[in-house]
Amino acid sequence: MQSLTNRSKVVSNKHLSLAERLYLPAIFGGLRITFKHMFKKKATISYPEEQRDHGRLYRGQHVLKRDEQGRENCTACGLCAVACPAEAITMVAGERKKGEEHLYREEKYAIEYNINMLRCIFCGLCEEACPKDAIYLTDRIAESNYQRGQFIFTKDKLVEGIDKSDRIDVSDRRKAVRKGAM
Amino acid sequence: MDPILIFKLVLVFVLFAVSLGIAAYSTYAERKIAGFMQDRLGPNRAGPFGLLQPLADGVKMFMKEDIIPETSNRFLFIAGPAITMITALMTSAVIPWGPEITINDVKVPLQVADINIGVLYVLGVVSLGVYGIMIGGWASNNKYSLLGAVRASSQMISYELAMGMSIIAIVMSSSSLSLGDIVAGQSGWGGMHWNIFIQPLGCLIFIICAFAECNRTPFDLPESETELVGGYHTEYSSMKLGFYLFAEYVNMFISSAMISCLYFGGYNFPGMEAVQGNMGEIPFALICFVVLFAKILFFVFFFMWIRWTIPRFRFDQLMNLGWKVLFPLAILNVLITGAVIIFF
Ligand code: SF4
Ligand code: SF4
Repeated sequence: MQSLTNRSKVVSNKHLSLAERLYLPAIFGGLRITFKHMFKKKATISYPEEQRDHGRLYRGQHVLKRDEQGRENCTACGLCAVACPAEAITMVAGERKKGEEHLYREEKYAIEYNINMLRCIFCGLCEEACPKDAIYLTDRIAESNYQRGQFIFTKDKLVEGIDKSDRIDVSDRRKAVRKGAM
Repeated sequence: MDPILIFKLVLVFVLFAVSLGIAAYSTYAERKIAGFMQDRLGPNRAGPFGLLQPLADGVKMFMKEDIIPETSNRFLFIAGPAITMITALMTSAVIPWGPEITINDVKVPLQVADINIGVLYVLGVVSLGVYGIMIGGWASNNKYSLLGAVRASSQMISYELAMGMSIIAIVMSSSSLSLGDIVAGQSGWGGMHWNIFIQPLGCLIFIICAFAECNRTPFDLPESETELVGGYHTEYSSMKLGFYLFAEYVNMFISSAMISCLYFGGYNFPGMEAVQGNMGEIPFALICFVVLFAKILFFVFFFMWIRWTIPRFRFDQLMNLGWKVLFPLAILNVLITGAVIIFF
C-alpha cells in the first residue's frame, strides 16, 4: 500500500546477530552515552541561589495593586473569588471609615484578603475578572514553606508597598490581560 | 607486645575505618554520579558540595523509629543485618594492600592475614553473605521480603558457581591459593603482568558474577523497588535498614578490591621496579597502596556507572545467563587454562 508519508519504517523480525546476542557491544555503547552525559551541561539549577529567567508575562505570585495616591484598589467585590476555578481566594469585606480615604480608594474594601497558594493554579482568571485593576499576577515565585498554614497568603504579603520604590511593575501583564492574550 | 601484632592490629582498625568511610562516601558518590549521568546536580545542600550528606543520612537513619514487626522472629530479625554487615567486612582481611615491609628485621606483608588458602576464604565468606539476606527476609514474615530473600539466595548460589570456576582458572595459572602470592605473581612484565591479559574471559565472568553477588544492577532483583517494594529489607527500618544498605556498599568496595587484586595486578603498576629502586620501603609501600586504591575506586565507580546505564534483568534471563552462559563459559575457561598449562 502506498503510504501517505514516507516516514514509515519496515519492521523486521530478524534474529539477533551474534554480536547483538553477546550484549557486550551494546553495553559499552550505553556506558559511553552515560559517561558523556556526566560532562554535559546540567539541566537543573541550584534554586533559590540561582534562578531561571522567565518570560515577561510569567504568572507567579499575586500582587494587590494600589493607585497613584497609594490607596488600595480592591473593593472586595468578590468577582475574583467567583472566577477562581480553584477556589483559592477568600475575603472579608468592610466599610471604609471616615479618615481612611487615603488608604482605600473605594467605600468598601477588603479587611482580609487571603489566597491559598496551595490551591491556586496560577491561571490568571482572577486578574481578568477584576473590574478595579486591583489584582495581578507577577513574575515572583511564591515561596515554599514547611507548614500548610504559611501557604495562605494574607494581605501583608499580597498588597504592594506604598512607597514608589516598593511598587511592583505589572504593566506588561496589564497589557496582556487587557488584550485578552493572558 | 610483639610489634608485628601491634602492626596487624593497627592495620585491622585502619581497614575497618577505611572500609566504612569508603562505603559511606560511596553512597554520596552514587547519588552524585547518578545525578551527573542524568544531567542533574546531585545532593549539594549538606556542607560544601553536599560532602556532609553521608553524615546527615546516618543521623537520619539513627533517628528513625526502629520497628520490629509483631509477627517476625525477633532474634533472627535482628541477626539478619548483623550477619550481613559482619560478612561484608570480613573479606578485607585477606586482601593484600601493599608489598612487604620490614619491621624489626621481619618481612611483614601489608595484609591482615596472609592465609595460604585466601581465595577459598573469600569464597566461603561470600557464600556466608547470603545468610544475612535469607535470614532477614525469612524472619520478616512478609511475602515481599521472602520473595526477595528467595531471589537473592538462588541468584547468589547460581553465580557463585561461575565465580568459583573463574577463580579456579586464576589459581591454576598462578599456582597458588594465597591472595598475597597471586598479587605478587602479577609484578612481571615491568608491573603489567596482570591476570586480565592472561585470563580475559575469566575476568569478564568474574566481574559479572561480582555484580550479581553484590546485588547490584543489572542483578538487583532481590531488592527491586519496582517489583518487591524493597525486597528482603521491606520490613526493616532505622539503622537495621541502614546496615543492609550500607553492607551493599561495603560489599561493593570489597568486590572492587578483589577484582583489582585478582585481575588488575593489585598494587602492581607499570614502572614499579624503577620507583622501588629510588626510594625507601615505606614510601614505596604507600605508593603501592595508593595505586591499589585508585584501581579500587575506579571499579567502585564502574559499579555505579553500570547501575545508571543498564536496566534490570528479568528473573528467567538472570538464571539463563548464570547457568547456560556463564557457567559453561567458566568451565571452558578452566579447560583452556589447563590445556595451556599442560601443553606449553
Ligand atoms: S490565578 Fe487562578 S487559581 Fe490562582 S487565585 Fe487567581 S483565579 Fe484562582
Ligand atoms: S481583587 Fe478585584 S475582583 Fe477581587 S475582590 Fe478585589 S476588586 Fe473585586
